[in-house]
Order: sequence, then C-alpha cells, then structure tokens
Amino acid sequence: MVTNQASIKRDGVQDYVSLRATAAIIAAFTLFMTWFFISTESLTYEVWHGLFSGIAMKVFTLATLVAIMIHVRIGLWQVLTDYVKSSVVRGIVQYVLNIIAFVYVAVGLFVLWGV
Amino acid sequence: MKLHFSIYRYNPEVDDKPRMQDYTLDVEEGQDMMVLDALLAIKEQDPTLSLRRSCREGVCGSDGVNMNGKNGLACITPVSSLGKGKVVIRPLPGLPVVRDLVVDMTQFYDQYEKVKPYLINDGKNPPAREHLQSPEDRAHLDGLYECILCACCSTSCPSFWWNPDKFVGPAGLLHAYRFLIDSRDTATEERLNDLDDAFSVFRCHGIMNCVSVCPKGLNPTKAIGHIKSMLLQRAV
Repeated sequence: MVTNQASIKRDGVQDYVSLRATAAIIAAFTLFMTWFFISTESLTYEVWHGLFSGIAMKVFTLATLVAIMIHVRIGLWQVLTDYVKSSVVRGIVQYVLNIIAFVYVAVGLFVLWGV
Repeated sequence: MKLHFSIYRYNPEVDDKPRMQDYTLDVEEGQDMMVLDALLAIKEQDPTLSLRRSCREGVCGSDGVNMNGKNGLACITPVSSLGKGKVVIRPLPGLPVVRDLVVDMTQFYDQYEKVKPYLINDGKNPPAREHLQSPEDRAHLDGLYECILCACCSTSCPSFWWNPDKFVGPAGLLHAYRFLIDSRDTATEERLNDLDDAFSVFRCHGIMNCVSVCPKGLNPTKAIGHIKSMLLQRAV
C-alpha cells in the first residue's frame, strides 16, 4: 500500500471505483440540471442566479467539477497509455492535459464565488 | 456458381508489404461449404497460400481467422453465413504475421502462461484418494473450461491490441477465473495478487467483442467482471 501511495503507478481497483463514484456524481448533476431546465417555465437571470446562490447548489456544482477532473484524469491516462507509446511524449501530454482539467475546476470555482 | 474470395497475402521474406489477392471457386449451384474447405480448395489452386488447421471441427482452435471483419473459426463458419458478396479473409488482427493467415501467437501464450493455468493446491488437507468436488462446485466451471485458446477473443479486443504485453486479454482472464473459482485450488490470494494492477484485468472496458466472436459461445466479459468483484471485495 505504501508503494502505491509513494509511486505514480496507478492502482487498478482504486481507478475502477473512482471512475464509477465520480460518474455517479456527474450523472446526478446532469439529471438535476435536465430536470431544472424542464421544470422551469421561464428561465430568467434571476432564476439562474437564485439556483446557484444556495450553498447546497454551490457544493453540488463544485463536487461535480472535481468529479469531472478525477474522471478525466483517469480516462486520459487510460487513453494515452493505449495510443501514445513513447513514455516521454505521454508524460508531457498527460501533464498538459491535467493542467487543463484543473483549469476547468478553477474557472468553475471562480464563477461560483462570483454568484 | 462462383464464390469469390479476397485473401490477405504476406510473406515477410519476399514481400515489401501485405496485399489482398482475389480467388474464385466454382461450386455446384446452391452448394454451401465451410470457409476452411474453401481455403483448402483455394490452396490446391495456389499452394503458396499458408494457413493453420488441424481438427477441422471446431475443437482444436487452430484455424482462427478474420472473416469479413469478424474473428471466428474457419472450419465451423459456413460461407453462406458471410453474405452474398466477396468474402474477405485476413489473419487474426493485432498479432504479428508469420505468413499469409498464420500469426505469431507468442504474446497470446505469454499472457496465458501468466495466469498459471493449472491447479495449485497447498496439500495441507490431502484427500484420502483424490480431490472430489460437489456437483455445485463443479458447476462453477461450466462456461469456463470449454475455452480452446483459439485467440479469436483476445485478438478482437482493442485493449489487447494496444497493450498485449500488459493486459492479460479475455482468453487468459477466462482461464484465470476458471482456477480462481475452482474449489480445489488454494492459491486464490496469490492469483489475485498477480492480477492486482492497473493493466492485467482493469484494461477490460467491457465492450464485449470477445463475447461476440467466441466460437464456443463463452462469456469472457462475465468472468472478467467476477475477477474485478473479487479484487474489489478484498480491497474494501
């Protein structure tokens, strides 16, 4: 276990659980937003602002953004180890794409703080 | 009636690159035949065509080929089941080609060897005469022991194509589960330890190509799901 935590090698079981756990959060958020759009007769700025003003919605949105980042991180690693065989190139691409995934979370967070 | 075939030809010692060669067979109107019989008839026309075959009845698994884009055993696939047009025959995808339809299966066998496909018993409770199984325990092996190692499943799996050195593949994992679930085997923990990494089992994304092509009607995806559950249960 120490070896797993101390190395950058991925853990199959942990990735398997993480992918499904984060997918559940992403699916819940998607379903909630779909329900919100269907059930809201007139979508105005006030309604939209009101939705994201609540602390529960802010936490839910942040949890979804973090879930997407974790999901993307594992998924990208899987895709890159399939298609990019040079470990140097794969490391660089993985580094850049992980930063981009983090940027999405950061931007989402600033948007939430702005509401 | 004429049957038209387009067959993959490649002899690394002579050819710069692979090519497809067309062949035509004259058969009686309405006559059907297995793809293997057609290949053997074509080989009589052109003796340079190379292919593997042995039992010619779906038992030995030697003549796995790709027919019209789908892997299967040539000896139990009727030509009529492949449609009316030209039948395109290629070697099993993903493995290095030795010549024409013959592939080098070393990577496949290396993965098979990794799962220790034999019964391991620590001998701590030796039976008086032999290791007996209840009918219920024996029933767990149904759908697993029938695999003939034709490699149709593993060579239809993209995860095996991309990582043949790390991902065990559906055939190997089917055998791994066959011994994990065997009541006479005592090396369950050791076997699970060997599979507990990010590639050996978890590279299976459950796309079920293996189930779709298995000529014996087996379900490697289900077996892999059971292995994932066993790994998960001991991790939480």
